[in-house]
Amino acid sequence: MRNRPIVAAAFAAMASAAHAADVIRDPAAGWDYLWYEVLVDISILGIAFALITAFFVIRYRRRAENEVGKAGRLTAVAAVGWTVIPMFVFMADDFFLAANGWQLWNTYRQPPANRIEIKLESGMYSWDYTYPNGVQTQNVLKVPAGKPVLLRMTSRDTIHSHFIPDFRVKEDSMPGRVTYLWFYPQKPGEHIVTCAEYCGIMHSYMIGKVVVVPEAEFTAWYEQEERKLAGGAGQPKKAGA
Amino acid sequence: MGTLKEWIFTTDHKRVGVLYLIGSLAAFAVAGIMALLMRWELTTIGPTLTANPTTYNVWLYAHGAVMILGFQIPALTGFFANYCIPLMIGAKDVAFPRLNAFSVWLFYVGIILAILTFFIPDSPDIMWTAYPPYSTITSGNTALYTFTVLILGFASILGGVNFLTTVAYMRAPGMTWNKLNIFVWCTLAAFVLQLIFVPVLGTAVTLISFDKYLGTSFFDPAKGGDVLIYQNLFWFYSHPAVYVIFLPFIGVVYEIVATFARNRVFNYKMVVYGGIFGIVGLSGVVWVHHLYVTGMADWIRIGQMVTTLLISVPVGFTVIGLVGTLYKGSISFETPMLYALGVLFLFLIGGLTGIPLAITSLTLHLSDTYYVVGHFHYVMAVAGTFSIFGGVYYWFPKITGRMYSEAIGKLGFWITFAGTNIVFWIMMDIGVKGMPRRYYDYAHFPQFENAHQWMTGGAALIGLGFALAVLNWIVGAIRGAKAPDNPWGSQSLEWSTQTPPPPGNWKDVPTIREEWDPYAYARP
Repeated sequence: MRNRPIVAAAFAAMASAAHAADVIRDPAAGWDYLWYEVLVDISILGIAFALITAFFVIRYRRRAENEVGKAGRLTAVAAVGWTVIPMFVFMADDFFLAANGWQLWNTYRQPPANRIEIKLESGMYSWDYTYPNGVQTQNVLKVPAGKPVLLRMTSRDTIHSHFIPDFRVKEDSMPGRVTYLWFYPQKPGEHIVTCAEYCGIMHSYMIGKVVVVPEAEFTAWYEQEERKLAGGAGQPKKAGA
Repeated sequence: MGTLKEWIFTTDHKRVGVLYLIGSLAAFAVAGIMALLMRWELTTIGPTLTANPTTYNVWLYAHGAVMILGFQIPALTGFFANYCIPLMIGAKDVAFPRLNAFSVWLFYVGIILAILTFFIPDSPDIMWTAYPPYSTITSGNTALYTFTVLILGFASILGGVNFLTTVAYMRAPGMTWNKLNIFVWCTLAAFVLQLIFVPVLGTAVTLISFDKYLGTSFFDPAKGGDVLIYQNLFWFYSHPAVYVIFLPFIGVVYEIVATFARNRVFNYKMVVYGGIFGIVGLSGVVWVHHLYVTGMADWIRIGQMVTTLLISVPVGFTVIGLVGTLYKGSISFETPMLYALGVLFLFLIGGLTGIPLAITSLTLHLSDTYYVVGHFHYVMAVAGTFSIFGGVYYWFPKITGRMYSEAIGKLGFWITFAGTNIVFWIMMDIGVKGMPRRYYDYAHFPQFENAHQWMTGGAALIGLGFALAVLNWIVGAIRGAKAPDNPWGSQSLEWSTQTPPPPGNWKDVPTIREEWDPYAYARP
């Protein structure tokens, strides 16, 4: 393979570029940016159509009872032009939006390597989290600030959807399948978690929260919980304790 | 008027159409009341009208299922298609009149089944989408849903067979394909979609009842099934179903706009062969945009993001054709035209707010929030209903032989229009801010209480406006002034027969002259 050195060089360049871009891209920030961009896009289209329509409606209102419209038949060239030109304009916009959407999609679907990975099992009506060290929590997801968090999710009964509005992300959790989502908490604070897929009678009460704490505080809590877990496993609880 | 027996056993396409209209308006009233009850419940945080979430969920199920399956599809492909298509193509009736009568009977069985929801102890609470596993483990009655869908779907298939045959073989001499009304094309396209896709929905809803009552496990992963298969089957029909609603409703709007602008439809062939055919062509490859957050494979989510965005091309053609029809027109603003322009406005907002939802990555936040609910009410639910109301106003003189009150008609329109924008604009806004849909209570989102109260007020306006319109029709049908044969001065063929049209529609089947077409107003 004559080309191999070139290909290898190209891969090396890509790899180093990926390394250089080791800065974690926050999907939520990307979402806000793309949302703004799309809003501008659709507002321009909407206002243009609305203004043209309003102009026609006013300009061509009926002035005499027996008046009829005066539009003639389009020539073949005009008919094709009025088809092909809008088609290309719309398609250009579609592909522009699709490209931007896909780029952000890649951010959403490619979690950074230095993440903390937590298992989630949803059920009617709670969110049950399991940390890598075995610590379990219910409805409260405590995470350190500044570290990407990945949830691997499944469900033990109906379909739920783990929605964190503040982090602009949700994904369904289903029985028999494993899905994932990740988000990037950067500052300490609390964020609501809510179920976004109709899962049963108490669907609207299936609420939890993400609690983002400083890394040191998280580590202390995490190790303490781990010790409790180890201790609990080592010495069976005494009756009445 | 005829006796009740004559109406029940009629095979006249116009009477069958009117039966469809009456049935679907009854369904609309029921489903509309459900919407008002839900809005009332959501006025305050915590229990307001009922302390039982299941009651609310049943309302929500009934609102969605009955509005779509019992009101919009039957009103558009049952009433308008039946009443207008034979008149528009110059036929004496449909190809299979008795099959037609049978399909309207099935439709009544279907809506009676749907309304039984409120009279059985275990009302379905599975939403109109009926996703398993919930629909297979709930104590609600999934079978009622299954049978309602199957019966209404069967009625729709019979209609499809009938109308495709009718238009293919029963056009008047000289009525070439390129002289068909846009509405006829739209309805044909909708029936093609129904014939292709309804069986898929039938399969999906049958399998959930098999799973629930017969112990099969198509959707139960514990026994080797897969929950996502149902969602794929369901949306493989139910996204095209959006076009089954959209196509006829935009067709009705085309008829109204062309008549009240007294103008040629702009770029007819672009609208038909680009717009309508394009929508049919793409309709079967975009369903995954309903499954953007279900962990489907990345390649199909990205692929269908592109196809979904490309829907903007044929839909753009239909909108350009509509706006272009106003150009150099002679526009007057009777009630049907207000509704048609209202549809254009609502559809513009609804269509454009659909673009963010086409983009997979934006949908990761927007999916299953009030944003989605606001969007599809703009684009399909209210735009479709406005089109139905505008269409009924438009053909009202032809159907009843009498005129309605123009003042009440306009008043009703403006009240509904205001209410619609209050409700659904606010809905989209709080959706972006995180309000999830299908919530009986929003105790954890107290910041939205004020918005919910505004929406309840807006919903009351919508109800009031539509009620005024229906009252207007009832009063007009009984004691309105006699209508002339062609009150709007339309060129379209259905206005050329006497009012109301006699059985058989024409004294002599019309022969279509070379220079005639349904939109030829300007004399060269």
